[in-house]
Amino acid sequence: MDRPAQIKFPIPEEELVYSGHTACPGCGAALAMKYVLKGLGPRTIIVIPPSCMGTIAAGFPFSSLKIPVLRIPFESTAISASGIRAALDVMGKEDIHVLAWAGDGGTFDIGLQALSGSAERNDNIIYVCYDNEGYMNTGIQRSSSTPAGAWTTTTPAPFVKDTPKKDIVRIMAAHNIPYIATASIGYPADLIRKVKKAKEIGGTRFILIFSPCPTGWRYSPEMTIRLAKLGTETGIFPLYEIENGEKYTLSSKRSEKPLRDYFALQGRFRNLTKENLQQFEERVEKEREYLKRLAG
Amino acid sequence: MKKVISANQAVSYAVLAAKAQVIAAYPITPQSSIVEMLSGFCATGALQAKFINVESEHSAMAACISASVMGARTFTATSSQGLALMHELLHYASGLRLPIVMANVNRALASPFNLKADLSDSLSQRDTGWLQFYCESGQEVFDTIIQSYRISEKLLLPVMVNLEGFILSHTYEIVDLPEQSQIDLFLPPAPARECLDVDNPCMFGSTTDYYINFRYKMHQDMEEAKTFCSEIDAEFKKVFGRDYGLVSTYLCEDADLILVTAGTIAGTCRVVADRCRAKGMKVGVLRVRMFRPFPGKQICEPLRKAKKVAVIDRDFSPGCGGIFAQEVKASLQGINCGLPVYEFIAGLGGKDVTDKDIELIIEQTHKMPNRGESTWIGLLK
Repeated sequence: MDRPAQIKFPIPEEELVYSGHTACPGCGAALAMKYVLKGLGPRTIIVIPPSCMGTIAAGFPFSSLKIPVLRIPFESTAISASGIRAALDVMGKEDIHVLAWAGDGGTFDIGLQALSGSAERNDNIIYVCYDNEGYMNTGIQRSSSTPAGAWTTTTPAPFVKDTPKKDIVRIMAAHNIPYIATASIGYPADLIRKVKKAKEIGGTRFILIFSPCPTGWRYSPEMTIRLAKLGTETGIFPLYEIENGEKYTLSSKRSEKPLRDYFALQGRFRNLTKENLQQFEERVEKEREYLKRLAG
Repeated sequence: MKKVISANQAVSYAVLAAKAQVIAAYPITPQSSIVEMLSGFCATGALQAKFINVESEHSAMAACISASVMGARTFTATSSQGLALMHELLHYASGLRLPIVMANVNRALASPFNLKADLSDSLSQRDTGWLQFYCESGQEVFDTIIQSYRISEKLLLPVMVNLEGFILSHTYEIVDLPEQSQIDLFLPPAPARECLDVDNPCMFGSTTDYYINFRYKMHQDMEEAKTFCSEIDAEFKKVFGRDYGLVSTYLCEDADLILVTAGTIAGTCRVVADRCRAKGMKVGVLRVRMFRPFPGKQICEPLRKAKKVAVIDRDFSPGCGGIFAQEVKASLQGINCGLPVYEFIAGLGGKDVTDKDIELIIEQTHKMPNRGESTWIGLLK
């Protein structure tokens, strides 16, 4: 592409995700992968447990990623990355990034134990959780990341999920790892900046990426980016960084839009009651205050 | 150098001698002393390996898997519940064709809790695609670990080396630890495997319709393992003067009754066989050392002339009986179907199987007119 050299473009041009992969139209996770790999570059090895991304990345003998991929068991994302790191270290290959990549089910639920183990040892890996708030690959079942009030196939309407989303970031912050960030596919430049920042730090780094899912959230695929931005603009998914478990930096992205703008676009929230909405508003406000306090 | 050590220590010394590069482990009685010693070797630099203190056996095997995909020589050790927790990953390791070596210290599975020897833990993993050896002495444990790296790195199949909890794991015996230079000649560094290479990116472990072909290849290599393990055993003998066979036989040539068993019970059986011989009873002993792949031919051959076979199992498959007994009977099918096989369950949960028990087994074999259900030895009153 001919672009004047003096124009600084925040998104690297190199593509490490091939076109023609099998993601649904409007898939947030596929974008998350594209941006993270742009940030990390080609000297990266990735491990992927069962997840949408496992399906998107491969079906023998093809691969949609231009980096080496190891498909690993569901519970083992973080430790599988740690094992690769150990082998690389012992073989003296230290200039390669090891990326653990899992969905919210693989991170908040079944992979939490191994993730905690790797984080406690401060293993030198980058862990990315693409968060689409449910087990979308297996057919839209609830995970502990599914928000209260959301329909899934295992929280069928009108008996929608009645407990709030697990706060994985606080759990990770309690491990005092060097770097934690929340990011969103709605803000690619911010996301890639965070990946590049993480890349320069050693130890366990954890990035949670808000990745709307048209299939599971019941909205039209062209709305993915709009929903991703609304997630942050309404305060549902605040963007921030935590260094060493204590230094909080909040994003300058404003969070002033009414929550109903976010909910109204999604079929999964069709059963949301006024009461639910009020609880949501209270929680979002509380979280906003909490983060402000910590950021000082 | 000869040393008086426990079989668990023999495992650790063998892993040191084999120069494992990545070790991931989680403690469990009666295995813990293996990984304690190995973590010491790694901490002092005696072993130039990365030791990962994982949060579960599940993660121990997962770490070995991914490190092994990178081409590192890996090791872990476990027992009982830990092995059961690994179950899913055992399939993964063999499916990815990884040369992982693991020591399993046989212990009974809960519930009820029991920390002592019982082979049911590893035998319940028989369909996971791992080669399995059952050892009888500390020396054999050391030698089998060394052999296992050669075997696994050639066949690209993982190997589980089993030793009975406490009875073997915590028993101190003289073990001859060979010179490192000799070990290095027998076991050179792991052959390079270009798996996850950033300069040649590939995908491993993905979904495929060729699944059946992958399994067929594994079957072929398991079959080849029987020949290859014998060759390695013979080569080992040339260098170190010791071999073990896939099975070991004692006084089987002319025996009327052959006792078939695995692990440490075999030693007691041999003592009793000698006593029987002195009384004019022709008793022989066959110890099954390799359980996967199952060396059916090597087991049936010595049984050819016997009139009766008694299989003593320190393991139990509920609703079926002794696991070795079932496998022996299946192997005899089509070769010597008429040979009476008597099944004895003994020593579950680490109960001592004494010479008196073996004598009782022999006596019962003579008394019982027909083969029947398995006979349980040593039930408490």
